[in-house]
Amino acid sequence: MFGLDRKDTVFMLIVVVIALSAPILLNPWPAASQMAQFNAGYPDLMQRFVVYGIFAIGFNILFGLTGYLSFGHAAFLGVGSYAAVWMFKLLSMNIIPAILLSMVVAGLFALVIGYVSLRRSGIYFSILTLAFAQMSFNMAYSVLTPLTNGETGLQLALDDPRILDAANTTNSLPVTNLFGAEMRSSVTWNVGGWSFDFSVGYYVCAVIMLIAFYTSVRIFRSPFGMMLRAVKSNQQRLNYTGINSRPYTLAAFVISGMYAGLAGGLLAAMDPLAGAERMQWTASGEVVLMTILGGAGTLIGPFLGAGFIKYCENIFSKINDQILHQWFALLPDWLENTLVTVLHPFIGKGWHLTLGLIFMLVVVFLPGGLVEGWNRITGLFRRKPKAKPSATTEPAE
Amino acid sequence: MSRSNFTRRGLLKTGAVAGTTFALPTIFTSRAANAFTNEPTGSSVTFGFNVPQTGAYAEEGMDELRAQQLAVEHLNGIGDGGMLSTFSSKVLTGAGLLGKEVKFVSGDTQTKADIARGTAQSMIQKDGVIMITGGSSSAEAIAVQGLCQEAGVIFMAGLTHSNDTTGKDRKANGFRHFFNAYMSGVALTPVLQKVYGSDRRAYHLTADYTWGWTQEASIAASTEAIGWQTVQKVMTPVGAGDFSSYLAPVLNSGADVLILNHYGADMVNSLTQAVQFGLRDKQVNGKNFEIVVPLYSELMAAGAGENIKGVYGSMNWNWQLQDAGTKAFVKSFGEKYGFPPSNAAQTCYAQIMLYADAVTRANSFNPCAVAEALEGFEFDGLGNGPTLYRKDDHQCFKDVLVMKGAEAPTSQYDNLEIVEITPVAQVTYAPDHPMFAGGALGDCNPGA
Repeated sequence: MFGLDRKDTVFMLIVVVIALSAPILLNPWPAASQMAQFNAGYPDLMQRFVVYGIFAIGFNILFGLTGYLSFGHAAFLGVGSYAAVWMFKLLSMNIIPAILLSMVVAGLFALVIGYVSLRRSGIYFSILTLAFAQMSFNMAYSVLTPLTNGETGLQLALDDPRILDAANTTNSLPVTNLFGAEMRSSVTWNVGGWSFDFSVGYYVCAVIMLIAFYTSVRIFRSPFGMMLRAVKSNQQRLNYTGINSRPYTLAAFVISGMYAGLAGGLLAAMDPLAGAERMQWTASGEVVLMTILGGAGTLIGPFLGAGFIKYCENIFSKINDQILHQWFALLPDWLENTLVTVLHPFIGKGWHLTLGLIFMLVVVFLPGGLVEGWNRITGLFRRKPKAKPSATTEPAE
Repeated sequence: MSRSNFTRRGLLKTGAVAGTTFALPTIFTSRAANAFTNEPTGSSVTFGFNVPQTGAYAEEGMDELRAQQLAVEHLNGIGDGGMLSTFSSKVLTGAGLLGKEVKFVSGDTQTKADIARGTAQSMIQKDGVIMITGGSSSAEAIAVQGLCQEAGVIFMAGLTHSNDTTGKDRKANGFRHFFNAYMSGVALTPVLQKVYGSDRRAYHLTADYTWGWTQEASIAASTEAIGWQTVQKVMTPVGAGDFSSYLAPVLNSGADVLILNHYGADMVNSLTQAVQFGLRDKQVNGKNFEIVVPLYSELMAAGAGENIKGVYGSMNWNWQLQDAGTKAFVKSFGEKYGFPPSNAAQTCYAQIMLYADAVTRANSFNPCAVAEALEGFEFDGLGNGPTLYRKDDHQCFKDVLVMKGAEAPTSQYDNLEIVEITPVAQVTYAPDHPMFAGGALGDCNPGA
């Protein structure tokens, strides 16, 4: 179906079902229970899962397929955000032009940076992209302040022109929308003790993510994708056979830049604010972490990694000592206090430490990321294939 | 049964089942039930404390969080009640808020506006907070204030000193108790004129964001009014860590005063490095080279240690004040944490008390009712003397302290001394003052 083979179709359908039912799946605990702390099914976080998922899927097209490790992808995300917010300020609060422009601008930006950086490979390529991203960050922070509003971040104002929209008669800021459906509007379904939020913003993001994911599957399975894999396995051999690999890598770079721009545009569409921090090197490093944590070169891995990191960032960072004391209230006082003291460095502001430890464990024990972990677990329950007669292939002479 | 053939009957059946499934959720929706965002329905009400716990302003953020936790205890009747007994409005009894227990959630903003907005968003959507307080950086405060306006909750700004918070970026749902850069300028300048004379050449190093910009403009305007010249204004990134490359050109610029528009860890670093460069031992234009830090805090003073001796700055409040409110607050904060509170802590504590008081007087959690109760509210007993919450821009007007690094501190906590208490009349300005123009409160937004 849709140009996919049977296995990919099933896979795609599973992703569709999960994406559409995420507001329910991510809220497994009743709202009033102690465990509600761990619920992730609120619109803002779900949107982040999906948006950073798009970012990581795009990054994986470059890193997973060609093996070029870009350390400056956040620049494209940031540029996309700025482009989108300017569209909201100048043109219309409808998210379509904003998202389109953010992809175009990020694509052009990627074309320029990629054209220069791709003249080198390996560590030199990484450093070049990092340098370009830091340059963009510092420019957004200082020289380009009229365009980016510096550290304060670009925000909407009451007196922005918005030439396509009807004149704003109310005395409050307009809301981003898709032909009238407001991004922040949501419907709450209370059933039993559970409370599920279905927000317009999330479903818009989810649908765009599914399109982005489908495109990425098609790229993975296409001859173009095969060529990119060839670049990864041995670029020199490819060059010796007379194929110029640069157009392919540049195309992959621009596509993945456009994915990042799309993610940036969506971030701005969900919450019309763009800050320079989005372009900082830590943000570029984060998408590398996401991809490796989930499993580089796999289809779903980067998405899982993105979800995992955003979950840690939003859930662990909000656990404080009070909450720990509540959890351990049943234990004797001395044990409660010891446990809280031991756990204290890992929660709240220490969530980076927890993430670092998990990342280390994954890299050491599951080099293929979370996807490899999943495969190992399912492998335990699957019947072992009978020893094939020719399991080892003879090397060609 | 792997063969599927489409029949009209099959299609109708499937359609009916699918339709029912999709329509089902609408039975349970309870959309119009709430009159405003996060209306508290249970036995408790939740506040959101959104402060930096990492990054350049982490120290200030952590102290804000301590004061916020203390305020919640006092509202719930735990502890000695602190400033509840000295507050001029007597409606708060320490029995929660409108019969509900006060709870709170906290988040780490990492001293970044973008992240702050994200944590605030999750507090509103996930934890159902009715009010957010915090900030430490004005960029954060402005970003979160904008979000609160859109979402329909009240924002009680914590530490934010930029003119824009209640100027260009003022919002109907946002309120600020802390003073601002303009007030610092007009309070500090007469003292500077007295001690350094009116023929000085100033060099500005400025944190590159909304607060730095407005403070630089305010200080430059008020010092130029007494005859000082501004030699140069240089922007430095927030969290730079090393300022030596910015400090080296100062010596050759012909300036004889260095104004550090820095805050938090940045100010500790830049001041320390300036002193290490030997700037304060230099003679320029026949005068001693001087350093001014327009916005002070106890935590920065503690961080900079010896280097702040004799350096002038301004503050919103200091624990060494002798009024009843200050004494009560310092006592209960000191008993709980073992050291005196900073002025960031005091402003957050006061903001929570003011919010709780407004809720009680309005007898409602509705943001618009609360905002109405806060607008034009006059009070006393929260440590700053008689104070007005001005209706036009949601800014508090009260006395401003001019401080100096103590020459002979007796402990690590009294390393700042109060030079002068500038009366409120001197720091009051018109709501449409050019430095605050260009913004509009808009209408109060209750959300939902």
